Amino acid sequence: MDYRTVLTTCTYCGCGCNFFLEVLDGEPIGTIPCKTSPVNEGKLCIKGWNVHEFIRNENRLQKPLIRKNGKLEEASWDEALDYTAKKLREIKEKNGPDSIGFLTSAKVTNEENYLLQKFARAGVGTNNVDHCARL
Amino acid sequence: MIEKIKEKVTELLESEEIKGFLGLAMQNGHVAPHLFQRGDALDTMVLGDTESPGDARYPLNKYLINLHKAYPDEVFGVLVRGCDDRGLQTLYTWNQLHPKKVVPVGLACPQELADACECAQPYPSEITAGEAVQPGEVKSVAAIDNLPVAEKFTYWMDEFVKCIKCYGCSNICPMCFCNDCSLKCDDLVKKGELPPEIPVFHHTRAMHMVGRCIDCGLCEEACPSTIPLRTLYKKVNSIMDEKFDFKTGMQRGQRSPLNMIQPVDGNE
Repeated sequence: MDYRTVLTTCTYCGCGCNFFLEVLDGEPIGTIPCKTSPVNEGKLCIKGWNVHEFIRNENRLQKPLIRKNGKLEEASWDEALDYTAKKLREIKEKNGPDSIGFLTSAKVTNEENYLLQKFARAGVGTNNVDHCARL
Repeated sequence: MIEKIKEKVTELLESEEIKGFLGLAMQNGHVAPHLFQRGDALDTMVLGDTESPGDARYPLNKYLINLHKAYPDEVFGVLVRGCDDRGLQTLYTWNQLHPKKVVPVGLACPQELADACECAQPYPSEITAGEAVQPGEVKSVAAIDNLPVAEKFTYWMDEFVKCIKCYGCSNICPMCFCNDCSLKCDDLVKKGELPPEIPVFHHTRAMHMVGRCIDCGLCEEACPSTIPLRTLYKKVNSIMDEKFDFKTGMQRGQRSPLNMIQPVDGNE
């Protein structure tokens, strides 16, 4: 018997509400808003309350996809990361860092957004950072 | 106080009387519902008090029902305050849990919490830690009851209109256990359409809480719009008490008057 309440951050918006995913024998069965979180103080919106329901949705991507000959194909993380790094380097060397732009997301945490802009500015050398909400 | 709970839980786990103890633990800086099993260290165990008594309570009975459904043959211990104990009695009556499969470990609430909750019985039937204090005086219901009818109506409508329809009150509720919730019934609430208008949901839920609400107050704590739900259900409970002499969960085996079909006092 493996019953866990796993602390995590909501992926639905940038608010960053904390909740516990109630996990029984590896399966998420419920969402419990975290009462000690200063962000949401034990409260959630209707989307947050139902987060555990989409985790196992069959439409979710579980592996990275690489477009090969015009078709998206599943790839391993190593292959996808190597491919992306190689291409980014090639583009940067050929056309300069400002030929690359980065789109961050409301569906990741503040910290992850920080990391992406850091990678864009310090790693690649461009200020081309924007947000998916402006797409 | 927590030492007494830990002693009791250790005893229950080591004697294998229970498979696990559902309580609260301090993990990653937060109070979390947690299942302690044999061999687990109990040093993370907490009782749900952070800045004020009982401000990090969780509906443990709700999670116990989930465990019971998956492992119907196992016996679990659970941390219970007065409200949780009333919940257990009611859940036994509604066949959601079996008394032989549950070992409650009782925690009596301090006077401060009893007063804040206006709790009718701030202690469980068997107390492992804490001392039974006086029931909290109910002031919130009278404060609204004493308003003129028109003002009372305006008061409640002004509150209900704040609702953002998160249904957190229902989701957090340890007594909301129906497999077929009318909110999820496609004949009543169609998928893809706007949810019921205010105050249809609030009144429907108040009706569904008749004979079920154990006055734990978690709904009000979960409400992002600070609607005084607890006061609403306290009123429902007071009507049940006055008209039917029914106090939810206070008497073992007592069934909700709305759940009985039988003639009463010659009234066929």
